[in-house]
Amino acid sequence: MSASPAKRALLDPIIDDNPVTLHVLGICSALAVTTSLLPSLYMCVALTVVASLANASVSAIRKVLPGSIRIIVQMTIIASLVIVVDESLKAFAFQTSRELSVFVGLIITNCIVLGRTESFGSKNPVGLSFLDGLGNGLGYSVILILVATCRELLGKGTLLGYTILPNVADGGWYSPNGMMLLPPSAFFVIGLIIWAVRTWKAEQVEQPEFRIHEVHRTEAH
Amino acid sequence: MPEVQKEPIVERESVSRTLLVAFCVSLVCSSLVASAAVVLKPRQVANALLDVRRNILEVAGLMEPEGNVNELFSAIEPRIIDFETGAFIDDVDPEGFDPVRAARDPELSVAIPPELDVARIGRRPKRALVYLVRNDGEISRIILPVSGYGLWSTLYGFLALRPDGNTIADIVFYAHGETAGIGDFLTKDAWRAAWPGKKAYDGDGELRLEVFKGRVPADDPLADYRVDGVSGATLTGNGVTNLIRYWLGDHGYRPFLRNIQEGGV
Repeated sequence: MSASPAKRALLDPIIDDNPVTLHVLGICSALAVTTSLLPSLYMCVALTVVASLANASVSAIRKVLPGSIRIIVQMTIIASLVIVVDESLKAFAFQTSRELSVFVGLIITNCIVLGRTESFGSKNPVGLSFLDGLGNGLGYSVILILVATCRELLGKGTLLGYTILPNVADGGWYSPNGMMLLPPSAFFVIGLIIWAVRTWKAEQVEQPEFRIHEVHRTEAH
Repeated sequence: MPEVQKEPIVERESVSRTLLVAFCVSLVCSSLVASAAVVLKPRQVANALLDVRRNILEVAGLMEPEGNVNELFSAIEPRIIDFETGAFIDDVDPEGFDPVRAARDPELSVAIPPELDVARIGRRPKRALVYLVRNDGEISRIILPVSGYGLWSTLYGFLALRPDGNTIADIVFYAHGETAGIGDFLTKDAWRAAWPGKKAYDGDGELRLEVFKGRVPADDPLADYRVDGVSGATLTGNGVTNLIRYWLGDHGYRPFLRNIQEGGV
């Protein structure tokens, strides 16, 4: 694997180093906004914009940033970007911004963003950091879109509001599974995706931390 | 290599450097946030107003899918009323009246006595902004803003009544934070369709309108006053019943509706 660092920074987080399925970060918003596809798409764009700009900004000041205040400075930058994105959504995508309610604001606390600025942005050049943020945003987006597609399709029989599976209530044949619209189903769907990815890419499976093995009474003393 | 790296790191950690960096970052970030807020404010205000107007048109039965909201809205007559007397107040411009701000202002609002506050809203303004729809000069619908607590959140909506001040013409809820998939039956057309034609008060003037627990039986003598509830979302339904009880009660729009019925406005 001798791909260029730029290509790796951008593409690795999409499957091989995915923030959601490998690092299990950003789960809170993945549960909350994925009841339908449209708000999820906006959420993906919002997070990707914040992650790439925050990563690039932190990288730009990494040489002058004192270690003692680096986390709070990163948080300040992330928070400012999130506010700008949130205000823009309210101005340009009013209906969707209301569906997303607090979850755009909560990007501030999304571990993916701070995780990347701290572990990558503060150590790498600006261009590469931007690509890394973009890649991680896309990795998050892939999972969010998959989960939202499953949930909206099975929960409502629609995608982006268009009917795909005609509901029984409207004279069709599909009986929507209301549980898909509740938060636990997002856990199940994400769990299934992680299972699938780790079956395909076995190197992502962690070594067990403990192993239970039988001990003879004589050994126990 | 390590020598080259060492020197700037020591300098970077000095107190003055730390303060300087903190100051510069704060300055840049705050100007970014402030300018975004200022630049986008007019659009956001316009969006919010447009959304309220769209909902009023919806409940007025005047909404057209491709229509221009502001143009359609010119057919609707906003009026200010006084809750206590139930009379119109003409010396206040409805354009400048902000019910949300009025509800917070101690001068312009009253605390709701706890025993009357079934909708759990705490305060209500002394005046209200209502909307009238006229057909050939005659009032055809009276649109009243309503709000109240459901299970998790405050529900905001508009209730439209026929000019008899008793028959429901329509209802919409435009903001709520109830459970997705269950409590959001509030915004479903199927549920909304059950409201038109229901009555608020019975022959003795008793306020009876409510969201029933479950499906209203066909032979229910009170079927005229009952709307189907949604199982699994009983508490959200109770929230709707409570807000109807409050806003159509004596502390709410009742005096105004009485005036309408008696033609005394």
